[in-house]
Amino acid sequence: MNFVALKMLVADRSKYFSLIFAIAFASFLLANQISIFIGIMTRPASQIQDVVDADIWVMDPQTLYSDEVYALRDYDLYRIRSVPGVEWAVPLYKGTGRAKGPDGRFRTVILMGVDDATLVGAPRKMLVGSIYGLDQPDAAIIDKAGFQYFFPGQSLQVGEALQMNDRRVLIVGISDASAPFQSFPVLHTRYSQALGFVGRERNLLSFVLAKPSAGVSIQEVCRRIEAATGLRARSAAEFSWDAFRFYMRNTGIPVNFGITVIIALIVGSVVPGQTFYIFTIENLKQFGALKAIGVTNRRIVSMILLQAMVVGATGYGLGMGMAAAFFASFLNYSPTRGIILPWQVMAGIAVVVLFVVGLASLMSIRRVLVLEPAVVFRS
Amino acid sequence: MVTDGIAVFSHDVTKVFGRGDTQVPALRGINLKIRLGELTMLVGPSGSGKTTLLCVITGLLDATSGELVVLGQRPAELSQEELILFRRKNLGFVFQQYNLIPALTASENVAVPLLAGGVKRQQAVTRGREFLATLGMAHRANALPSELSGGEQQRVALARALVHEPTLIVCDEPTSALDGRTGHTVMELLSATAVRPDRAVIIVTHDTRIFDFAHQIAHMDDGRIVSLEEDRKNVALTRALAPASTVVSLATKRRAFPYDRRLGT
Repeated sequence: MNFVALKMLVADRSKYFSLIFAIAFASFLLANQISIFIGIMTRPASQIQDVVDADIWVMDPQTLYSDEVYALRDYDLYRIRSVPGVEWAVPLYKGTGRAKGPDGRFRTVILMGVDDATLVGAPRKMLVGSIYGLDQPDAAIIDKAGFQYFFPGQSLQVGEALQMNDRRVLIVGISDASAPFQSFPVLHTRYSQALGFVGRERNLLSFVLAKPSAGVSIQEVCRRIEAATGLRARSAAEFSWDAFRFYMRNTGIPVNFGITVIIALIVGSVVPGQTFYIFTIENLKQFGALKAIGVTNRRIVSMILLQAMVVGATGYGLGMGMAAAFFASFLNYSPTRGIILPWQVMAGIAVVVLFVVGLASLMSIRRVLVLEPAVVFRS
Repeated sequence: MVTDGIAVFSHDVTKVFGRGDTQVPALRGINLKIRLGELTMLVGPSGSGKTTLLCVITGLLDATSGELVVLGQRPAELSQEELILFRRKNLGFVFQQYNLIPALTASENVAVPLLAGGVKRQQAVTRGREFLATLGMAHRANALPSELSGGEQQRVALARALVHEPTLIVCDEPTSALDGRTGHTVMELLSATAVRPDRAVIIVTHDTRIFDFAHQIAHMDDGRIVSLEEDRKNVALTRALAPASTVVSLATKRRAFPYDRRLGT
């Protein structure tokens, strides 16, 4: 009877395509909005995630997330190094400054000052040049988006120069740094160099990056640092979540995206649900005839579920295809770089679509199950 | 199992809809025997209970009381699942509005009872096409119901009712949606293909033009059989041999038929 169910489904083209497109549109909207939301909300942690050498971030107790930092005192670095279980600890500057291009255009940049001796915190994904270029005087590595902003139309190359705080900034490398939340260019330089590129404050030590000794857990070392210094120590993962939570609590981003997602869910549920229900109601006589002829309820339920699954799978496939095409087309667009369609989102939406078509078919199934086959004798 | 050639035996069968003050008796003590090899018509005005009786006989509705045996089975003693299987195997239906599935071709519609019985699609559709050919519809096998005339649709419905070789065929107003000529053709086809010694046919109808095809006519009113014309075989036989006027005069000879005025006959 499966082919009967499928033929019944596709016979009414307008309803069939309405169902497909309603689910496809809802799937696309959900995938699109959730993926962009995830992409944006992981951006505040981009610079944390890009530092792969250190497991522990130590900061002032009042520092809540990575974009707003109250600087430590210089000697805090030595206090942290003296904590048992700390293999090594290095300074990291993270702040913002204004960089000026050769044509006079300027922009706020995120400045990362990495340890002079070890270069811990330097970008690992280099497109042009090497992190060891930072050994040169005034050297800095700029991310690709930043280079394209300051040097539009030029191919990626080293040797160009910017100006920060009346000092020359020599571009010695171009990195593929993760996009920051504000889409500012990201500059990496040595710690000592960074202090010269920004306006002088009394304390400029943003973070201390540390590594636990072998055999000591990250959590244990964090606990020891906090106990010994009174500073705040977080694992890289915890600190990333701190940033995520801060933006969740203190910005309108989740509300805005949440509203769109809820609307997509409502539209995606109501339209296919109602259309599918109407589709079933219009076929009630046929279902009644089938029941009279001797088709079991179980078989009719399986026919309706098959119709729902086909509609759901087709709509979902179309929606995911549209979403994938959307993200693929923006993959190399600088402001949206790093925003992708995660497989977890696709899987989650598959579950949502399954729920939606399940709900829609349940209403139809209920109607067909209570249908008296004797209805076919009423003209 | 059918005993003594009786396909349907009904003794004092009642059917009441609703409860308490809202009770509506639809059948009030139906006594009826329908024999194999015969075509029985249930006739009467609207609301007389003929369709309800048809539903009770086919197990689509439960009788409230009385004894009912259909093809040797008591529907009241069968579970819902058993009833469905019983209908699928033994019953063929022809509906007033044909109730063909609009999305399926004629041959696919005919194949539906076979598909419901688990026959493979290709085999079922081939059988459906062959069966249509026996009803002179081979050339319309691939047509959709919307492309068929009313008479053609009813012929497809008839093929659907017969394709799985059921023992009892039930037809609800099979000619009421057709013009006189087409209705007559459909009835000729029905009596020629459906009526066999091992099969019974029940037709619910208002259409007096087709009475002469019946071996037995049960006239119903207000939930009762008010008169019964039995043993009309000679009428059907004569119909085939004699002019139409003679057939009509023979067909109207019955034991008691007090509702002529209401039926307009």
